[in-house]
Amino acid sequence: MPSHEAATSGLLRAALDGGADVLELGVPFSDPLADGATVQRASEIALRQGISLAECLAEAATIVRDRDATVLLMGYANPFLRYRGGLNGFASDAAHAGVAGIIVPDLPSEESAEFDAALDPEGLARIDLYAPTTPDERLARLVPRARGFVYCVSLTGVTGARRALGADVAEFVGRVRRHTSLPIAVGFGISAPEHVASLRSVADAVVVGSAALDAVSAAHADRRAEALRAFVSSLAAAGRA
Amino acid sequence: MITKTRPGRYGEFGGQYLPETLMPAVAELEAAWLDARADAEFQRELARVLRDWVGRPTPLTDAPRLASAVGLARVLLKREDLAHTGAHKINSAVGQALLAKRMGKRRIVAETGAGQHGVASAYYLLGSAIGPHPYPAMVRDFQTVIGREAREQCLARLGDLPDVVVACVGGGSNAIGIFSAFIDDANVKLVGVEAGGEGIASGKHAASIVGGSVGVLHGSRTLVLQDEQGQIRETHSVSAGLDYPGVGPEHAALGQAGRVRYAARTDREALDAFALLSRTEGIIPALEPAHAIAELSAIARDAAAQNVLVCLSGRGDKDLEIVMREGVIR
Repeated sequence: MPSHEAATSGLLRAALDGGADVLELGVPFSDPLADGATVQRASEIALRQGISLAECLAEAATIVRDRDATVLLMGYANPFLRYRGGLNGFASDAAHAGVAGIIVPDLPSEESAEFDAALDPEGLARIDLYAPTTPDERLARLVPRARGFVYCVSLTGVTGARRALGADVAEFVGRVRRHTSLPIAVGFGISAPEHVASLRSVADAVVVGSAALDAVSAAHADRRAEALRAFVSSLAAAGRA
Repeated sequence: MITKTRPGRYGEFGGQYLPETLMPAVAELEAAWLDARADAEFQRELARVLRDWVGRPTPLTDAPRLASAVGLARVLLKREDLAHTGAHKINSAVGQALLAKRMGKRRIVAETGAGQHGVASAYYLLGSAIGPHPYPAMVRDFQTVIGREAREQCLARLGDLPDVVVACVGGGSNAIGIFSAFIDDANVKLVGVEAGGEGIASGKHAASIVGGSVGVLHGSRTLVLQDEQGQIRETHSVSAGLDYPGVGPEHAALGQAGRVRYAARTDREALDAFALLSRTEGIIPALEPAHAIAELSAIARDAAAQNVLVCLSGRGDKDLEIVMREGVIR
């Protein structure tokens, strides 16, 4: 999540230096119902500083320009809907900023038509999330429509670092892979190199959110960027080995 | 009158703005609810519990001294305050609990903002006509007993339908429950009263329809109180039950369609109405329906409004401390 301490751009660079292939920038929202304590707290801090979607776009534009980074915005439906100019205004500004796409955790396929109508013409992807609870019939219907990559949520629950990943992640990803040739990323709970290593033969990418935020907040104020770089680097190494 | 484009949609409002993880759960819930609705045995069991344990049907009480005080010919109070637990909430709680049992759920989660763990074994019991489909439709369905009884009771008492039906609106469950029986009665005016707090202009209120705008909150597209960034605002009301920054999507649609007139009454007006009903009729209302009582004088200004039905959604024992602190009772 961005903040006014100007720490954000330093952190984004650190993540890239550590080997991140894609950056997910969180848009704060007052009611983040899919998130656990870590992301909730980060969102609260950002909101207290008055961070807006416009500022998130500005932050994204800078890192895209400076490092040619692939940036996704992660946020809930309401702030996107209420953006100046509505969804069309947002899509236009996001495309100008060089954002690659968005992830909207409270927007299931059934409710996504107006978002897709605004995003598609601007070449922006809306990344769908699928869960272990999604039945095959639903996967068969919806996964073929996915854009960019397919985001598989590894567990039934909210975001937050976990010690162990769900036992059935491989089985779940297998069920999804039958319906797409797009890359599949697994996220939620991933917090350690062992998790990444265990997913090497299962997924094409991993998404790490809360654990990265934890690494940042655990570090001393002027060592946060380095702590993040080192953390990302350890995960990237486990993904390559 | 309201275009139901698909189940769970009321014009542009409603829907299921939920994480993918929960989509199968609400689909299962909707299927189970529709199945139970069509099952005569389930309906019989529900009716039995509502009759023998909740104490239905609740009476319709004439309030002649109140009517006189506000300038109306007749005021009829639908006494949800006399239901077991002292409020209309029990109607939907019982219905959803029986449904959960029928679905084989072992645990109930009720409005603690609990996480999504145990989605399979637990059932989320939502207390108002808000949230993702099927909750608004289901809660309306369980609360519609209020309106069905009241409509029959009015016909028996007045020999006619009331001119106006008025109810307080927080999330909107008691209001949709009583309104639902009269929606198709074109000559019956419907009035929903929201929490005006310290006044709409002050920004310190909880009137999502009167003072809000379109947004997505808690799984549904509806009218919410939000800032320019789409962040949901803090709300203020002397009554906890109306203190919510959103409203049921069906109410948003009814307001937009002009079928229901939504108004807001302030904390002070609700407190005065609390005292008025207590003194004139010896009935202590909860502060929530006191907002509906507070709207009666305004309703009386319309000469065509003579007989008014009020949903007295709960009793006010729980509010005595607040009321004494505010100096309404000495």
